[in-house]
Amino acid sequence: MSELKSIHLNSLPGPHDISRVVLPNGITLLSRSNFNSPSVVISGYLNAGSLFDPGDKLSLAYFTSLGLMRGNHNFNFQQIYDRLESAGASLGFGASVHTTSFGGRALVEDLPLLLQTLSESLRYPTFPGDQLERLRARLMTGLAMRAQDTAEMASLTFDDIIFPNHPYGRPEDGYIETVQNVSRDDLVEFHRRHYGPTGMVLVVVGAVSPQEVQEKVLTYLGDWSNPQQEAAHEMPEIKPLSESVRKHITIPEKSQTDLVIGTLGPKRKSPDYLAASLGNSILGQFGMMGRIGDIVREQAGLAYHASTSLNAWISSGSWEVSAGVNPANLQKAIDLILSEMKRYVNEPVSNEELSDNQANFIGRLPLSLESNSGVANSLLNLERFQLGLDYYQLYPAKIEAVTPAMVLETARRYIDPDKMAIVSAGVAL
Amino acid sequence: MTNSTTKVKLDNGLTIHLKEIHTAPIISHWVWYRVGSRDEIPGKTGISHWVEHMQFKGTPQFPAGKLDKAISRDGGFWNAFTYLDWTAFFQTMPADKIDLALKLEADRMSNCLYEPDEVESERTVIISELEGGENEPLVRLGKAVQRASFASHPYHYEVIGEVEDLRAISRDDLYGHYRTYYQPNNAQVCISGDFDTADMIEQITRLYQAKPSTADVPHPARPEAAPNSEQRLEVKGPGETTFIQVAYRAPAASDPDFFNLTVLDSLLTGPSSLNMFGGGGISNKTSRMYQALVEKELVVGVDGGLSATIDPYLYEITLTVHPERSPEEALAAMDREMMRVLNEKVSEEDVKRAIKQARALFAYGTENITNQGFWLGYADMFDSYNWFEAYIERLETITPADVLSAAQRYLSPARRVVGLYIPDNNSKEGLE
Repeated sequence: MSELKSIHLNSLPGPHDISRVVLPNGITLLSRSNFNSPSVVISGYLNAGSLFDPGDKLSLAYFTSLGLMRGNHNFNFQQIYDRLESAGASLGFGASVHTTSFGGRALVEDLPLLLQTLSESLRYPTFPGDQLERLRARLMTGLAMRAQDTAEMASLTFDDIIFPNHPYGRPEDGYIETVQNVSRDDLVEFHRRHYGPTGMVLVVVGAVSPQEVQEKVLTYLGDWSNPQQEAAHEMPEIKPLSESVRKHITIPEKSQTDLVIGTLGPKRKSPDYLAASLGNSILGQFGMMGRIGDIVREQAGLAYHASTSLNAWISSGSWEVSAGVNPANLQKAIDLILSEMKRYVNEPVSNEELSDNQANFIGRLPLSLESNSGVANSLLNLERFQLGLDYYQLYPAKIEAVTPAMVLETARRYIDPDKMAIVSAGVAL
Repeated sequence: MTNSTTKVKLDNGLTIHLKEIHTAPIISHWVWYRVGSRDEIPGKTGISHWVEHMQFKGTPQFPAGKLDKAISRDGGFWNAFTYLDWTAFFQTMPADKIDLALKLEADRMSNCLYEPDEVESERTVIISELEGGENEPLVRLGKAVQRASFASHPYHYEVIGEVEDLRAISRDDLYGHYRTYYQPNNAQVCISGDFDTADMIEQITRLYQAKPSTADVPHPARPEAAPNSEQRLEVKGPGETTFIQVAYRAPAASDPDFFNLTVLDSLLTGPSSLNMFGGGGISNKTSRMYQALVEKELVVGVDGGLSATIDPYLYEITLTVHPERSPEEALAAMDREMMRVLNEKVSEEDVKRAIKQARALFAYGTENITNQGFWLGYADMFDSYNWFEAYIERLETITPADVLSAAQRYLSPARRVVGLYIPDNNSKEGLE
């Protein structure tokens, strides 16, 4: 078995085949070659997230990220997209709490096009007024659709409850009023203050050598600087709930009610993370969605989707159970889920459950690291959370070191079934 | 796309299609059955999809509760899909763990139990899946447009089925459907990845050769004549956003015109990817509809696509209307763009561009073994694997004259259904 594991480990990204350099201007560049397909993926982020949004202009980081490709000092909107789409290439930007991120792909001969477009979008956007108004209309329409989406409204409200007065509790796409408040000057100012090479991470994976990647990145981004780039703020402290909170969002004429039940979870760098992750898999992921899937879907037949997620970020995280149920079954589903959570924090998981999930976590690694985008996402995570380039080589031993006692202890540190946020969205109760 | 594959047929009619790929220690294993909603009758709609669900509910060798964990324990991922024309089951595993998947699929082709209590439990799960879809305005609009587009062909019904049928279908109905369609001469085993072809053929043969074949499996559906006049419909529901979906009767995938329409689709709404995994699309901002509708602030988004089907299905264009414009304005602008392709030849450059886009999208899809396994069987469901292998070459033979005549054959307003989703602007959203 250990010999088989070593075969897998040798094919996984590691110090032997990941190139990592920090450019003189502060950009961290990671790359790994894959000559099995004639394509290339780029992805990355800058420290320009919605944590910098003023409260009355929530969506500013997101709006700015979408505005980057609407025109730059070399090409207008049509030209930017004509160059990309004619090549069958793609590039896009988005924003979340900590970062503005980007991702793109192309046939390898178009890597210069991708990098040039990335560079011009990041460094010299012109934010044309007519394009911004079109974007605004699209954002407003998105918010109107969000208000009707039971899953999104349950999730939004849940975040607000467990992360009160905190950037993690605020939607990066804002609200109707805050999107309306954002002006072109705001975008220009946000760009000036927060876009720069310090803290930027860029990953390139595909049919290209690390040397060639480095040369090209230096060509397009090596001379970028922004002395005015601001550092991130400290995040406010987050306290767990002192009692359960129950909220329902009424959205009329919906056939299904969406439910989110949960609490705070560990941050990614927490020593609790792997034990929490394995425990979460047992609780609501493994097989047909773990214990929660078994109780809510397989045994009670109440839901097509019922599962858990452990969302671990830089400063904190959340631990959530979500399900979509017929409104008539809402309370029954809540009761079943809470009862399963009580069991989870009262009894250790079995040795068999844990070893099944440990085997899954280790065995699936080659599958998640097969494609260029799978590898690119992994390299980004290694860098974002400072996990180390040898993370995958050390991973099996770390997973195997987790015990049922550790899973239980970690569960009790975060989950108190009497102090949960219980949120639903759908027809009136 | 021209790496060699091996195809053999057993005496009982089972087809085996294999492609060795040694880039990673992974194998993707697919079993395709030629059964989908196309094979259903009124009163039993949704039965193929429900049978797919029941295939996860256990055999004597792999009882429910055991088999769902077996794949995950070995580090694999798996899923199944029911579509208009086919049902597919797949597992992607570490290469040294594939035996379990091979045995599982061979076993459940013949030995699924369909226990009555499992049937009842799954009834509510599937109705829950249907209800989740009904939450979405575009699902409701799409259902109405699909129904209006076909009067008698089974493509009239959605794969999920009608809720009245889902409440009425019995255990024996399900079991009968399973025994009719899940037969070796109605199935194809497709495998891509890190294995030896001769060994794999021997293993699959051993697992399946004793299964008897049955009489030819019924596929009664026949293409329905295209409509000769436009239909318009409205769906009313909650929200504030207006959507439009326009559906033209399209050529079947095996029709040479499918490729002409693929070029048209790229030009009109941006290229679409037929990859199930790893492919994804690209943006469509230089497409004609985006330029004519989004840039003119009549809509905030436009999307279009063709589906590869056995019988002629639909070419669909979906518009999200700008909050300050009317659907009539958006439709009028869309129609003006349609008149251009109906009356003027596209340029050679337009055709070359569509081909380059298709080549890039296919390249992205070759990155993962699961997607390559997918194509081994998928193209055979509506044509043959050669359809996939020769895809780009076929596009390269297309001329602007071909595109113009295809537009005139397929994009006339008389061949379409126009559906509007009209919001009631009455969202009484509130916190309780």
